[in-house]
Amino acid sequence: MTAELGHFALLLALAVALAQAVLPSWGAQTGRARWVALARPLAAVSFGLVSAAFAALLACFVQVDTSVAYVAAHASHELPLGYRITASWGGHEGSLLLWVWILAAWGALVAARSAGLPAAFAARVQAVLGAVAAGFLAFIAFTSNPFERLLPAPADGRDLNPLLQDPGMAAHPPLLYLGYVGFAVGFAFAVAALLEDAPDARWTRWARPWVLAAWSALTGGILLGSFWAYYELGWGGFWFWDAVENAAFMPWLLGTALIHSLAVAEKRPGFLRWSLLLALLAFSLSLLGTFLVRSGVVSSVHAFASDPSRGLFILVLLGLAVGGSLTLFAWRGQRAPAAEGYALGSRESLLLLNNLLLATATATVLLGTLYPLAAEVIGGTKLSVGAPYFDTVFPPLMLPLVALLVVGPLARWRVAALQRIKPLLPLALAALAGAAALAFTLQGSLWMAAGIATGLWALGGTLTLAWRQRAAWRHGLPLWLAHAGIGVFVLGVTLVRSLEQSHDLLLAPGEQAVVAGRVLRFERLEAAPGPNYQAARATLSWQVGAMPLRLTPEKRVYGRRQVAMTEAAIARGPWRDVYASLGDADADGRWALRVQVKPFMAWIWAGGLLMAAGGLWGALAHRRRPRALPATAATPSPLTAPTLSTP
Amino acid sequence: MKPRHQRLLGLFAVLALLALAGGLVLKAFRQNLVFFVTPSEIARGEAPAGVRFRVGGLVAPGSVRREADSLSFTVTDGAREVAVSYRGPLPDLFREGKGVVAHGRLAGLQFVADEVLAKHDENYMPPEAAAALQRASAR
Repeated sequence: MTAELGHFALLLALAVALAQAVLPSWGAQTGRARWVALARPLAAVSFGLVSAAFAALLACFVQVDTSVAYVAAHASHELPLGYRITASWGGHEGSLLLWVWILAAWGALVAARSAGLPAAFAARVQAVLGAVAAGFLAFIAFTSNPFERLLPAPADGRDLNPLLQDPGMAAHPPLLYLGYVGFAVGFAFAVAALLEDAPDARWTRWARPWVLAAWSALTGGILLGSFWAYYELGWGGFWFWDAVENAAFMPWLLGTALIHSLAVAEKRPGFLRWSLLLALLAFSLSLLGTFLVRSGVVSSVHAFASDPSRGLFILVLLGLAVGGSLTLFAWRGQRAPAAEGYALGSRESLLLLNNLLLATATATVLLGTLYPLAAEVIGGTKLSVGAPYFDTVFPPLMLPLVALLVVGPLARWRVAALQRIKPLLPLALAALAGAAALAFTLQGSLWMAAGIATGLWALGGTLTLAWRQRAAWRHGLPLWLAHAGIGVFVLGVTLVRSLEQSHDLLLAPGEQAVVAGRVLRFERLEAAPGPNYQAARATLSWQVGAMPLRLTPEKRVYGRRQVAMTEAAIARGPWRDVYASLGDADADGRWALRVQVKPFMAWIWAGGLLMAAGGLWGALAHRRRPRALPATAATPSPLTAPTLSTP
Repeated sequence: MKPRHQRLLGLFAVLALLALAGGLVLKAFRQNLVFFVTPSEIARGEAPAGVRFRVGGLVAPGSVRREADSLSFTVTDGAREVAVSYRGPLPDLFREGKGVVAHGRLAGLQFVADEVLAKHDENYMPPEAAAALQRASAR
């Protein structure tokens, strides 16, 4: 019964979303105020109905209603209650429902906060969001219905994939979707602006907090996914340049360009067209990501068994959204004001360079991700583009960007005034010298030196900037947090990549080996039963200082599916992580162990968190500011705040 | 600066960046395209020599042997087989009779793998492994 109610709510939501896509925009086009006024109530009703459908699915999972095919495939009575809830987005159908639910939630939030916007504009924004929701609701209803019955019902379900039985599952997909789908709001604002007679800069001010919030959520979501892969996949990697990771990373890169472009577009109309284009493309890449993940066309750790008709459906949706919006841009975008003059070395020129570098980086990632698909479709050859491709192409494009992030906020508008950078020259030299010395003593590579120098420069430069402008901290904080975070992140990645050590050992309980100059002892092995799995747990001790470090990696076998899982043990610290994973035993009772020492691993997470925090603060700070300001006297926003005088 | 000069300069910057990115991409592409080869193709001598590639198929039942510090198994596409040796930890879902994709090089008759791919879902067949089976059965 619950499932039928859910299905009914889903179909009603589709009807309402279609109405939301058509009526308000038609009203705005023909000047019918009553139709325009429908936009906000429709958004609220749409959110209510999708919530009802999602709640019904959750209820089916909590009760483990195995007569629902999707529940039977992803849950069992053994599954703890918490994972029954997260299992609802553990497969294709449910994760799409989560996608639409988050879209509807963003729509309702925009509707609730759009009282200050011109009614016709707000109506068009809702119409675009309604159209996207309608497309995905139709997709769910016609190809991926999570409420489909399975009769006769099996006695018990097939249980959730053990990899997904983890707290990460509760946070990573929702947060990632919050970001991914959140770019739909920026997209809707851009399309609405293009539908006006002549796009002006006002939409950039309205869209900015939404884009910042979505960007912040996407940063957090990618970070959580990476953090999860690090401890759960068992091999200690945190980024694999996997097609699905790239699918989330490309919107992030373009979204980063977009938040910088939006920050200036309001005052510098030259960035207006560019912002429109970036807003359209960022969401297009989110849709492309959904296609890559959901169609199963790429070989990926995230790919699940899938049905080709589903891929085709998303491809059509993708084509409509990208083709439609870009056509609109080509037709209307020319009416936006053109660029005005500014000098090389001015802040505008640096922001343009930021946008160019990020767009180029996005393009290289896109090429590496889609090339295997294209090669297969065109030439029939199966091949893949390995992580080394991305490792070769990406850093040379990103390091200049990171180096410039100290210069940008110090540069002046319109005119070249790089003498403001002069006081920072000692810092630059110190960063270079420190990095060179470090790389030399550790016999590291040139890339290591470049990474450390850039990271130190970004962190030190941003802290110096923050100190000088501390009186205006309210405006500066988002930028300082995010830029300092990038510095910390670059330092972390560089040091982990160049100094990490990995040791593969084969030890029986009681034996010992030397790892990174210290004795590692395999103390004992014991059985450790869990709620729905059996585990072998090893206890290792590693001699550091007075207290040996204890590590207890496990090998688990999950009951229902008899699936083996490696549960790594990680001793975390601010300066290094020690990571141990347990492999299989050989005939003589010796176990394969991999022990890794990863210096500065925590800095990667800290850097990402700082970036996400900066974005969130920026979004919230925007919200607190008075709404009705004349366009000429706009409050200085974090990225455009005038720099205080330098000593 | 005059707007025209500025546009020229902007254009120049874009072109320079594109050239840089293009150069990097070409260089990286030449070295890092990993081709996919089936066991039958290896048997016919069609495997690329001296470079890394991927081989896919099913882990032949009964073929997994653990030795002191390495592991060997046979990958089959239903028609032909290739012996694989590998050092290092195996993915959790590696099992006899299941799909597998290995990265590595051919040394004589043996494929020396440096990476064996893990999958999240035990019902999921890596596309390469599925393709290898299909190609072999189509012959």
